[in-house]
Amino acid sequence: MLFIATGAVGAVAVGSVAWPLISQMNPDASTIAAGAPIDVDLSAIAEGAIVTVKWRGKPIFVRHRTPKEIKEAVEVPLSSLPDPQSDAQRVKKPEWLVVIGVCTHLGCIPLGHQGEYEGWFCPCHGSAYDTSGRIRKGPAPKNLEVPSYAFTSDTKLTIG
Amino acid sequence: MSGPSTYVPKSALGRWFESRLPIMGLIHSSFVAYPTPRNLNYWWTFGGILSVMLMVQIITGIVLVMHYTPHVDYAFNSIELIMRDVNWGWMLRYTHANGASMFFVAVYIHMLRGLYYGSYKAPREVLWILGVIIYLLMMATGFMGYVLPWGQMSFWGATVITNLFSAIPLVGESITTWLWGGYSVDNPTLNRFFSLHYLLPFMIAGVVVLHVWALHVVGQNNPDGVEVKNVARDTLPFTPYATIKDGFAMICFMMFFAWWIFYVPNYLGHADNYIEANPLSTPAHIVPEWYYLPFYAILRAVPSKLGGVVAMFSAIIVLCFLPWLDTSKVRSAKYRPVYKVFFWLFVASAIGLGYLGAMPAEGGYVLASRLLAVYYFAFFLVVMPLLGLFETPRALPASIADSVLKNAHSAKA
Repeated sequence: MLFIATGAVGAVAVGSVAWPLISQMNPDASTIAAGAPIDVDLSAIAEGAIVTVKWRGKPIFVRHRTPKEIKEAVEVPLSSLPDPQSDAQRVKKPEWLVVIGVCTHLGCIPLGHQGEYEGWFCPCHGSAYDTSGRIRKGPAPKNLEVPSYAFTSDTKLTIG
Repeated sequence: MSGPSTYVPKSALGRWFESRLPIMGLIHSSFVAYPTPRNLNYWWTFGGILSVMLMVQIITGIVLVMHYTPHVDYAFNSIELIMRDVNWGWMLRYTHANGASMFFVAVYIHMLRGLYYGSYKAPREVLWILGVIIYLLMMATGFMGYVLPWGQMSFWGATVITNLFSAIPLVGESITTWLWGGYSVDNPTLNRFFSLHYLLPFMIAGVVVLHVWALHVVGQNNPDGVEVKNVARDTLPFTPYATIKDGFAMICFMMFFAWWIFYVPNYLGHADNYIEANPLSTPAHIVPEWYYLPFYAILRAVPSKLGGVVAMFSAIIVLCFLPWLDTSKVRSAKYRPVYKVFFWLFVASAIGLGYLGAMPAEGGYVLASRLLAVYYFAFFLVVMPLLGLFETPRALPASIADSVLKNAHSAKA
């Protein structure tokens, strides 16, 4: 009985000491606070341009798509995509594409208007994304992630 | 480190101390009287060289920390301060940076020595696995050390390597956030890498003690791969024979090391790392340090994220299973004519993968990486198990002494 009680209390003690030691490595309060939503002024972004803003230490690409780019993104058959998603699922307004600018392979920053599909091209390991930020070719497994965002007015975008 | 010591203290003070803490006896039996096979060649001097390299890295590292600042705003500048303002700072930093490379040069020679002469076979399995653990710790230490200068390669190397963990199904993203302490590689990441970079060398030192202990229990392997049968005929005492030979090899290795420090201190680095880290711009061509290149090539050879990560880690973990994958009863490649050929092909494939790891991941480079990666794994998983069954080894000498004396005889004739 004493052995079991000692063992049980010992296990709880080890667990309760281990947890803070592990948990301290997660993002601290100031890091989480610094990850609060940010605003982007859309009026300054010309058609065809990609603007990069920094949010939570990562680049966010805000792309003002041309009608040609929208057309290409919409007309791709979903069956040809490694990570099938329609363009409509990825944008709130067709002319504005907002994605996290981090390659889903190993975290490099893809280069805009480059690669076979003229969306983005990752220089590290050769992943190519289309004008909807979807993975089309290369080792990346998933489409560029879409952050949560909202159009707070006609010319203002809030990310986060 | 094994068996009762034959050490007899010469002074009264020595006897008084020895009966209270028998450390002199331990040193004597480990590094003076310890019997070493008399046929050891210079490939056996790299264990000693590695111990010296560990000391060099710890000593230069401790003094560099006196001038380095682990903060994203100051780290890069503090390195430049070391290079320009600190007395002898340039030499200390170049010694530490090139020392890491020399450490890996020595460890690769040491590992290939073991692979060639079958040093991983019974009864040396635990000794070998401890070595693989040291190698893994060295890789982790080298990687985190490279992050500390906070240049472009530091930052993007850290980003790529920590993202490897995001390939783990379900919990991958949470693990990477936990490793970063944020939403990307940032100040918390730099701080913890600094802390761990300081810790790991001491863990390496601890495992080295176990490695040497295990070595001194089972005894050294030797170029003929036959066990010591008669200590008087087959072995020589560690001091002076091995001490002098190791000492000579260390001096030669230090001259090689000094050449890098004083003549081409930046050759093994990347120019991009003299540009401060910029989280919004990835360098056009990310390359890890040369000692990781073969594994990086294996990572990129597999056209799937999880598959590539699994293949890369497997390429190292497979080493732990060598004692059981190799079915040959003969240890040394000296007596294994077919294994010898496959061994050198393996060395060529590893060097080839190293070259390909530094090339862009496209076209023919990817195809070549795939072919060599297949051979890399086939060597361990197919060649080693099968060769032991089909190969006819050459006749082994009856003992170490016979082998040595036969050579001496034929040299005279």
